Amino acid sequence: MKKLSARRRHPLAAVVVLLLALVGTGGAYAFLAPAGKAQADETSQSLTIEEGQKLYSVGCASCHGTKGQGSSDGPSLVGVGAAAVDFQVGTGRMPAATSQGPQVVKKKNIYTQAQIDQLAAYIASLGAGPEVPTSEQYGADGADIAKGGELFRTNCAQCHNFVGAGGALTKGKFAPNLEGVAPKHIYEAMQTGPQNMPSFPDTTLTEKNKKDIIAYIDAVNSPNTENPGGLDLGGLGPVSEGLFAWIFGLGALIAVAVWVAARTAKAKKS
Amino acid sequence: MSTSETSESRARGKAPAGERVADWADGRLGIYSLAKSNMRKIFPDHWSFMLGEVCMYSFIIIILTGVYLTLFFHPSMNEVEYHGSYVPLQGQLMSEAFNSTLHISFDVRGGLLIRQIHHWAALIFLAGMFVHMMRVFFTGAFRKPREINWLFGFLLFVLGMFTGFTGYSLPDDLLSGTGVRFTEGAILSMPIVGSYISFFLFGGEFPGHDFVARFYSIHILLLPGIMLGLMVGHLILVFYHKHTQFAGPGKTNNNVVGMPLLPVYMAKAGGFFFLVFGVIAAIAATTQINPIWAMGPYRPDQVSTGAQPDWYMGFAEGLIRYMPGWEINFWGHTLVLGVFIPLVLFGVVLAAIAVYPFIESWVTGDKSEHHILDRPRNAPTRTGFGVAWVTVYMVGLIGGGNDLIATHFHLSINDVTWFVRIFFFAGPVIAFIVTKRICLGLQRRDKEKVLHGRETGIIKRLPHGEFIEVHEPLSQEQLHTLTAHHQYEPAQVGPAVDENGVERKIKGSEKLRAKLSNAYYGEDNQIPKPTVEEYKEITSGHGHH
Repeated sequence: MKKLSARRRHPLAAVVVLLLALVGTGGAYAFLAPAGKAQADETSQSLTIEEGQKLYSVGCASCHGTKGQGSSDGPSLVGVGAAAVDFQVGTGRMPAATSQGPQVVKKKNIYTQAQIDQLAAYIASLGAGPEVPTSEQYGADGADIAKGGELFRTNCAQCHNFVGAGGALTKGKFAPNLEGVAPKHIYEAMQTGPQNMPSFPDTTLTEKNKKDIIAYIDAVNSPNTENPGGLDLGGLGPVSEGLFAWIFGLGALIAVAVWVAARTAKAKKS
Repeated sequence: MSTSETSESRARGKAPAGERVADWADGRLGIYSLAKSNMRKIFPDHWSFMLGEVCMYSFIIIILTGVYLTLFFHPSMNEVEYHGSYVPLQGQLMSEAFNSTLHISFDVRGGLLIRQIHHWAALIFLAGMFVHMMRVFFTGAFRKPREINWLFGFLLFVLGMFTGFTGYSLPDDLLSGTGVRFTEGAILSMPIVGSYISFFLFGGEFPGHDFVARFYSIHILLLPGIMLGLMVGHLILVFYHKHTQFAGPGKTNNNVVGMPLLPVYMAKAGGFFFLVFGVIAAIAATTQINPIWAMGPYRPDQVSTGAQPDWYMGFAEGLIRYMPGWEINFWGHTLVLGVFIPLVLFGVVLAAIAVYPFIESWVTGDKSEHHILDRPRNAPTRTGFGVAWVTVYMVGLIGGGNDLIATHFHLSINDVTWFVRIFFFAGPVIAFIVTKRICLGLQRRDKEKVLHGRETGIIKRLPHGEFIEVHEPLSQEQLHTLTAHHQYEPAQVGPAVDENGVERKIKGSEKLRAKLSNAYYGEDNQIPKPTVEEYKEITSGHGHH
């Protein structure tokens, strides 16, 4: 012990402590954390909820309360439904690092789909809410893209821009770019209205409407989008076009003018 | 033709075909005397003198591509169902204008390219005019005798803005429709006459069925016609006044040093046209502009975020965006100050730069002609004013794009708006003061250079051990260039009594003029340039300063 305490001021002591702490937490986590896949296959409904509750206690309870009742740091989750959980956790927005800041942003999802399902089952057990949609509901089969475009422009474009490139809201909040968002998550967002977004339940936008909108977003703002006319400059409209015209258009022409003016038939100097 | 004449010309050998055509034309048009007086017209060489050419060529490109577009565009607001080749709009109801624009973009050979050239050229045309105008402003090229040409140019810029605006409204897409609605709102904010003008313009309630057809004739006929006329007038005046030039040895107020129009400038200008066309075509071929298919057809019940006008209207957009939404209600009438004040400011800011030449000539009281350009530093107050004006303009542009600035720099749109509100007032003041100080600093440096020569960076040790830096005297040419500018004396109010001792009535305008003149040319507002005596004293062999 004396040997150890003698070295407590060693320059590397802090590093060693940190490493030990990390190994300890990581080991404990690996030991305690549920092995998602194996359990998801065999569990019954009640077992799923139980597992979900365990996950909830670790990742969510500090803000949303031990029974999902909410606290000053997070809203009540009673009745938000499985769809809300699948969206929030599936897009990495939850668990949020902090409740500070204008809004919770998308980040890397740290749960497996099986774990998300368990969490969703637990939250759904607290009170009835929208279900996670099936691939038939959000899939592209039988969707009317043009109708989706019309609905998108009527209901979504005022925050998300014509093609869903995103836009500003008040005080640092924003409507995110929809490029690359999974169809399921778009469907769930419409259904549950996360954060600043209004919800569009089936009474407002029918299942078919949602399907159409998802198909439209896929057609105009996804990696599959055809882009006639060349670089789209972010699809942001005249601001980026104007900037481009000034910098690359006029900039190039001025460079050309300088070049032409420098090449002149000079009078011969004797 | 008689036989004798034929044999005579055969005897001398027939004149070449070109000469005969020229002879024929001269007999009818008098081209020889025209050519004689103009072919050897001299133009000075400087890249900034080619900015106007950029504008002219992009204007020509716009006209050429615009003619092609009119062949396929239907300026009608009749509702039709879309059945073209763009899938995400299949079966949508839209106006014929929008339908035909989609047709041009997807089904007409070269249609999209021509559309994009037309639109990019328009943005570049306006940007070119802005920069050209600033070049003229900062070098003082607007002074007598060119004030009217300055106004011609200014009108071209303003008309260009409105031609562009009516043009991007034509496809009747959701973005441009929002812009037209915005404009209608601005018109409606005018007290008393607003609603009448709006009903007159739109043939009833917005949007009605008329505005595309009306904007079409304004866009392709009325405004470009006026602009073409103004541009020709602009060029005639450039020919008549002759081109300005920067000060330099051999360049005086009474000559122009440069290259003749033919053959040098004709070749250069002709080549430059194709370079401009090439740059614009390259941009249009690689970069999308105004993808109306993505925006969808206009419907008054729809709107998108990020709805901005083209850049040249962005300044007006910004004024309205950052103006607080004030309004006054009295007697059942509403005065929407939140829109009306920006509308007035839009006119005031543009007018400020337009009338500036007249203000400056009143302050200087200078009635002589100026063909030698100023270096911006030698007119600190003018340069300061110009930079302040550009600052107001740029603050407006930032305000117009406040939402995109907020999302892309992760800022709060409210903070951006407040920044812009404060800078609308503080920006020009700061810009003026800073610019003026920089100009005065540069004048001091010029004076230093004239008197003491260029710092060579070579350190020399003198026999008694002292170290000095070797200053290289400037050449005679450089000395001339740095000291050629004229410096005004500040105007005086004049004696309080006239020659008979009777008290003279001093007009307020006279006092104002003296004050302004002092702000321009008074002590501390310009650095007196080195006199010959000063120069001689320093260079007369006392060695080193």
